Amino acid sequence: MSVAHDVEEEHEVHVHQEPKEFIWKYIFSTDHKVIGKQYFLLAIVAVVIGLGLSLAFRYHLATYTPQGMFLNPDHYLQAVTMHGTILVFMVLTTAPLGGFGNYFLPIQIGAVDMAFPRLNMLSFWLTLLSFLVLIAAFVVPGGPPVSGWTGYPPLSAINSATPGMGLGQTLWVGSIAIFCLASLVGAINFIVTTLDLRARGMSLMRMPLSTWAWFITAIIALLSFAVLFAGGLLLILDRELGTSFYIPAGVVFGAKELNHKGGSPLLYQHLFWFFGHPEVYIAILPGMGIVSHILANFARKPIFGYNAMVYAIAAIGVIGFFVWGHHMFQSGMSPYVAVAFSILTMTIGVPSAIKTFNWLGTLWKGNIEFTSAMLFALGFVSLFVSGGISGIFLGQNAVDIYFHDTYFVVAHFHLIMGVAAMFSIAAGTYYWFPKMFGRYMNEPLGKLHFWLTFVSVYSVFIPMHIMGLWGHPRRYAGFEYAFLNDPMIPSMHNMITAAAFVAVLAQLLFIFNYFWSMYKGAVAPENPWNGTSLEWITASPPAFDNFGGKEPVVNHGAYEYSVPGAEKDYIMQTDPPEAAPHAAAH
Amino acid sequence: MSEAAATADTAAAHAPAASHGHAPAPGGNLWDGGVRPLGAHSKKFGMWLFIVSDSITFAALLFAYSYVRLSNVWPTPFHGHSIVTSTAMTFVLLSSSLTMVLAVDAANKKLRDKAVLWTMLTALGGLIFVVLHTMEWLGIINDHLMPLIKAGEETKSGWTMPMVWGTFFAATGMHMLHVTVGVGYLVVLALQYKNGKFKAIDIEVAGLYWHFVDLVWMFVFPLIYLMSAKI
Repeated sequence: MSVAHDVEEEHEVHVHQEPKEFIWKYIFSTDHKVIGKQYFLLAIVAVVIGLGLSLAFRYHLATYTPQGMFLNPDHYLQAVTMHGTILVFMVLTTAPLGGFGNYFLPIQIGAVDMAFPRLNMLSFWLTLLSFLVLIAAFVVPGGPPVSGWTGYPPLSAINSATPGMGLGQTLWVGSIAIFCLASLVGAINFIVTTLDLRARGMSLMRMPLSTWAWFITAIIALLSFAVLFAGGLLLILDRELGTSFYIPAGVVFGAKELNHKGGSPLLYQHLFWFFGHPEVYIAILPGMGIVSHILANFARKPIFGYNAMVYAIAAIGVIGFFVWGHHMFQSGMSPYVAVAFSILTMTIGVPSAIKTFNWLGTLWKGNIEFTSAMLFALGFVSLFVSGGISGIFLGQNAVDIYFHDTYFVVAHFHLIMGVAAMFSIAAGTYYWFPKMFGRYMNEPLGKLHFWLTFVSVYSVFIPMHIMGLWGHPRRYAGFEYAFLNDPMIPSMHNMITAAAFVAVLAQLLFIFNYFWSMYKGAVAPENPWNGTSLEWITASPPAFDNFGGKEPVVNHGAYEYSVPGAEKDYIMQTDPPEAAPHAAAH
Repeated sequence: MSEAAATADTAAAHAPAASHGHAPAPGGNLWDGGVRPLGAHSKKFGMWLFIVSDSITFAALLFAYSYVRLSNVWPTPFHGHSIVTSTAMTFVLLSSSLTMVLAVDAANKKLRDKAVLWTMLTALGGLIFVVLHTMEWLGIINDHLMPLIKAGEETKSGWTMPMVWGTFFAATGMHMLHVTVGVGYLVVLALQYKNGKFKAIDIEVAGLYWHFVDLVWMFVFPLIYLMSAKI
């Protein structure tokens, strides 16, 4: 195989001019910065719908009596299903990776654009299509499915199970399949861009940790969505063509035995969770990267243990593929296999702890500036610890048999995957907004947003741990709470619902701040936070080709803050090599 | 990824040519930025990543097939006509890999007309494969499924089918989809290459895809057909 291709071929990626017409500039744009903002806007729309649904079912739970219910049980399950699906796929997967990753990965490595700008556009439009197909489930006859964001068969495989399991579930599976294609295209683009388009001097170990996190996340997405795609295809075949991949013999429905035989719901669970667990890291790893980036900036210190951080991200990415069985302890599993999955799950605590201690080490004796971005980054660390600790409990198969499908699980994954990731998105927004729009977000409003959110999310999820300890099951529209023999439960539901309303309404402050600051915020300079990485040498907002025709040359690591002997308390990556006379060898 | 390893030394030799506009840092190595460290065109690298991901999708489908097969008593419905047809299909598909290699070789030697011819012949091989396979599908539906698929009531279409055919259609259908897409890809590529819009590298990248689709068939054919053949 020859690699002798023409030199002019090598340049074709970069010769695109900024389009003038509105539709090519802002709608069908191939500019990674516009696409990043499109992803972000999509996530904002999705988060409003997803959080609105959560308010509906929280209100239902707080006012529940067997005599009168705000939602009927079908509607309750539909709301929960769509809440989970929308937030996991359309917010937690799109905003940190598709949004920030698209915008800042090429800039942080000194590239003009992604390696494949048109594929980048394709991946956004596929994502939008997937979102619209999912949302369409609200308006079709029967409404959305009731099978949860995991879509377990046999329920999800049988069209006539409940009204929502007809067309609604079909749209759900279709949406997921399209999302898989979008993620595949996006992942290829991220990986190729990171390896091929780094500027001169931007060695792998000089890349900011946010870039590392997006890179590893893209590799995880490349490998895991492929399996979900296969699992989703087989579910479509079961539903539409009458195969029985996931339906065993003897399933009785509506007093009639189904014709299906030969399949197993466990097969779906294996395929789903082989994707589903890595998906947790797809949601949280970009957050870890963004937070590392911000903590170093506002502690004015080099990130503690940069190499260890990189290896920890990579280790989490690898081990994340070998722990999916811990979602299936209750599904029937050999105890020996369960022990293996338990031990592997404990193992993933090691790189996670390395990251946590390194964040604390970065803060130690730092000259900390408590900006809104920094507060949310610190909040992320707090949530990562308190949400991660309960994961150690749930990873033990013996303990999980009791905790499985209780509010303890709900509290665990919401803290670590949902709320922590949301905090990293907020942190990233406050931090990068001046770069993206040339204006600061309002700081006092940002701090109010932080404190309201921080207190209210803990008030939502800490009580849920306790209710889970008492055995409160998830996915129940309601039941006689006296069954759990604790008179506190109804009042705890009330308190959680009140806190949930505060938490969601506080996000309106954020959304208001976002759009208001776009036009009215204080004008920001090139490098508002005195950061070191390449996004801070560009204009705010950056030129169409990011660096205004210049090719950055990198001479320094990503986090050279407070270097002894240097003029300023930070050395930018493009500063001349002699800027750090006594700097560590980087 | 032996491709990457195989081209690493060539890449070192051609480092400036493979860069995107500037030389590597003084005293730096291939991984220090400014060059494509794998020494391959980005499109080629991207196609390799697609192949990694897609092979995992096929692996998951074949895992599902093994899972269902091992937990059931499995019939052996393939004999005579099916085996003859599928062997012919295999021969056609493998031959199309050979024409693809010749197309890439011609493109690298800048023999434009020859490359177009070989690419079109490859597409023709794929087309023959799809036609033969469709006839095979129709035969199976007539011989084995016609009275059966109307029996189910709980699916919207009113069909249910035994798992031996469920796995057959899932695995071969996914593969046939890839061949069909590939035929379209090759035809568009050949025409655009003729016009000078696409370059030799694009033929090479398409070749990667085509060989991958052939390789998948070399798993599907023995696992689906031969293991369920009546001897």
